[in-house]
Amino acid sequence: MLRFSTSKIVGTLAIVLIGLLLAVPSMLTREQRDGLKASVPGWVPSWLVPTRAIVLGLDLQGGSHVLLEVDMPDLMRAQTVQLRDDVRRVLRETSVSPEGGIQTLPRGVQLRVSDPNARARLLPKLRELSQPISNAILGQTGARTLDLNEQPDGPIQLVFTDQGVNERVRRAVDQAIEVLRRRIDALGTTEPSIQRQGADRILVQVPGLQDPQRLKEILGKTAKLEFRMLAEPGSSDADLLPSRDANGQRVPVERRVMVEGGDLTDAQPGFDSRTSEPIVNFRFNLRGAQRFGQATTENVGRPMAIVLDNEVISSPRILQPITGGSGQISGRFTVQQANDLAVLLRAGALPAKLTIVEERTVGPGLGRDSIEAGKMATLVATALVVAFMFATYGLFGLFANIALLIHVGLIFGLMSVLEATLTLPGIAGIVLTIGTAVDSNVLIYERIREEAHAGRSIVSAIQAGFERAFATIIDSNSTMAIAALILFFLGSGPVRGFAVVFVLGILTTVITAVTMTRMMIALWYRWARPKALPF
Amino acid sequence: MRLLRLWPDGTKFDFMRFRRLSFPFSALLSIATIVVFLTMGLNFGVDFKGGTLMELQAKSAQADVAKVRQTANSFGFGEVEVQEFGNAGGVSLRFPVQPGGEAAQSAVVQKTREAFGADYTFSRVETVGPRVSGELVQSGTIGVILSVLAVMLYLWFRFEQELALGAIIGTLHDIVLALGFFVITRHEFNMTSIAAILTIVGYSLNETVVVFDRTRELMRRYKSIPTEELLNLSINSTMSRTVMTATAAFLSLLALVLFGGRAIEGFAQVMLCGVVICTYSAIFISTPVLIYIGLRVGARDPTKRAALPQAAE
Repeated sequence: MLRFSTSKIVGTLAIVLIGLLLAVPSMLTREQRDGLKASVPGWVPSWLVPTRAIVLGLDLQGGSHVLLEVDMPDLMRAQTVQLRDDVRRVLRETSVSPEGGIQTLPRGVQLRVSDPNARARLLPKLRELSQPISNAILGQTGARTLDLNEQPDGPIQLVFTDQGVNERVRRAVDQAIEVLRRRIDALGTTEPSIQRQGADRILVQVPGLQDPQRLKEILGKTAKLEFRMLAEPGSSDADLLPSRDANGQRVPVERRVMVEGGDLTDAQPGFDSRTSEPIVNFRFNLRGAQRFGQATTENVGRPMAIVLDNEVISSPRILQPITGGSGQISGRFTVQQANDLAVLLRAGALPAKLTIVEERTVGPGLGRDSIEAGKMATLVATALVVAFMFATYGLFGLFANIALLIHVGLIFGLMSVLEATLTLPGIAGIVLTIGTAVDSNVLIYERIREEAHAGRSIVSAIQAGFERAFATIIDSNSTMAIAALILFFLGSGPVRGFAVVFVLGILTTVITAVTMTRMMIALWYRWARPKALPF
Repeated sequence: MRLLRLWPDGTKFDFMRFRRLSFPFSALLSIATIVVFLTMGLNFGVDFKGGTLMELQAKSAQADVAKVRQTANSFGFGEVEVQEFGNAGGVSLRFPVQPGGEAAQSAVVQKTREAFGADYTFSRVETVGPRVSGELVQSGTIGVILSVLAVMLYLWFRFEQELALGAIIGTLHDIVLALGFFVITRHEFNMTSIAAILTIVGYSLNETVVVFDRTRELMRRYKSIPTEELLNLSINSTMSRTVMTATAAFLSLLALVLFGGRAIEGFAQVMLCGVVICTYSAIFISTPVLIYIGLRVGARDPTKRAALPQAAE
């Protein structure tokens, strides 16, 4: 057992060396890493150069973590409106007029048609509105988006199925992620992360942000832009919407939407040439330009309503037909507001309202302080434990200390390869493992002492010490590992960072405390041929 | 060089006698904990209660706490807890969860930023809506229960039933006292606290398992030794290791308490206290409790013995 073959020694050292080298990129800044990558001669294969590094968590780096949730009632309302328009189109195509119009239900629409001929014409067309849902894994699932319920003399109901609702939520989240990505990219921040979480949530993480409030404003706006006409007071086919021109008072606006924000190809902030008020200049695509031209031609002299997220932001009078496909929006903006609106319009509207359900922001100053404090605590903890081990076990303590330092290095190496996130609780985890990693060494050394006191020779005591302590080391580390693994699977963010460090720490401690120390003791024994234990 | 020895070799201390002291002491402490737990309750943070926590840093390094309190309470967002921290103008504000669902929470942050943005920088903002906090409570509870179950399962397979039961009693004792520490110190109880509790579960078992491994080994060696003597021998022969490990863990956590910064202070203090509780309970609770559980010396399950590596003679 105390015989270590040369190949085994070389192998162990090689593994340790590789592990420590992997940690190197994490000690460098991004520029230094890129410089290192560039300075490697071409004949060295790129996989030989370690480039992966530990990612600092938002609590250390400073930044915002925002969890958004699709507003289900809002999404269903939008879907129902869409469905109502589809049904209306079908009715027009089949020239059927239902008694009492189309009623909206919480998850669908209903209508009454008692003429059997009209019903027979209408029903197959309505059925076509329901689409099959395909699944990336299973292909066609047989489920459809809508259920059509009808009794011979009752109402016809078109209701979204559960699968249909889920499908819409899934699509809405996909679309929203795309839109949010375009919006955040426009902010010019580095490495934002936008991920789906669960069925109806999106997690946005943006490191190192100066103005988190602005991020939230940009994330939370639906940015649904509509060009409509102001309606005559008392008109039946109108919505009452708050108006910025009327200081928030509600004004009637025609339900019919002439052109939507989706038909915009570009939007840029600018200034009005006469009033030098901040405005947003926009340009329509071909379809939008045609519709806008037609609508403005028909309504010369009447006030238009530019509606953003159900608020009339301005209601200019149409002085002449606008056929050029471009125009401007004014709305008593500040420069920043005009800027943000342009960003939002370029990125497109969200498919539904998103609600912020969780926000965690750490300022860059606090993050820096935390890193400094963490470094300090780690250094002091290491110094205390190293001194304590050396004072107790002398030379063997030195072996344990070397193993301990390698252990910490290996945790960093493994975290770098995994590109794991280091959080503040993660630093606490490192400090804690410094204290607990020596446990394995202590178990072994105390056992060696005991065996020596029981009258064994030095070699035999060392051998027995390692062998008998091993089962205990496995048992005690397993119980720790179980707790840490559960923490990993249940925790999120910072807490998961703690679990990662702890699990990795338990893995490497077995390598360093058992294999490394045994090797050092074996080499020492071969070299010194001691007559007594040094402790 | 004279080396440090915290615990002398070859002690024959009668640890089991102390159960007449430690059992009533721990029972009393546990009951007291449960009483304060039920009456005072945990100081739940925004993770579990919902609401908004903000940390402000005065730009002039001098915070006017009274004014902040007055202004914050005038917002109409319910009662705001305002506390000063550090000595360079730090103020923390805690708003209760606002009625009106998830969307209602953002207004708090916006209003506070507008009111204090000129004189303070915002070093931390945490807003958790009612639904997310509910989910965090759920996953935190599941985490603690699941880890206790998983560890029980491991002990069941790896150790004799009596030993497993003793370890579980010790661990539950440690969880209860750690919770008591949270109640008494009024440390905020949040997701990181769950991490602390789970780490204490791991550490507690670690301590107990080391003693029990020895108990099991001694049981094989001395077939007809009285239980009390067996347990005393187990503790005495592992005591030097227990003291060493506890000291090392204590030292590293002490460094964390003293230098780790305010954000991790609570976690570090709980863990530091946990190390003391776990070391105590391994010696004075989970081991002596085996006397009452009835450790049957002699009649052992032969299959479990085979799992142990045989010592090389």
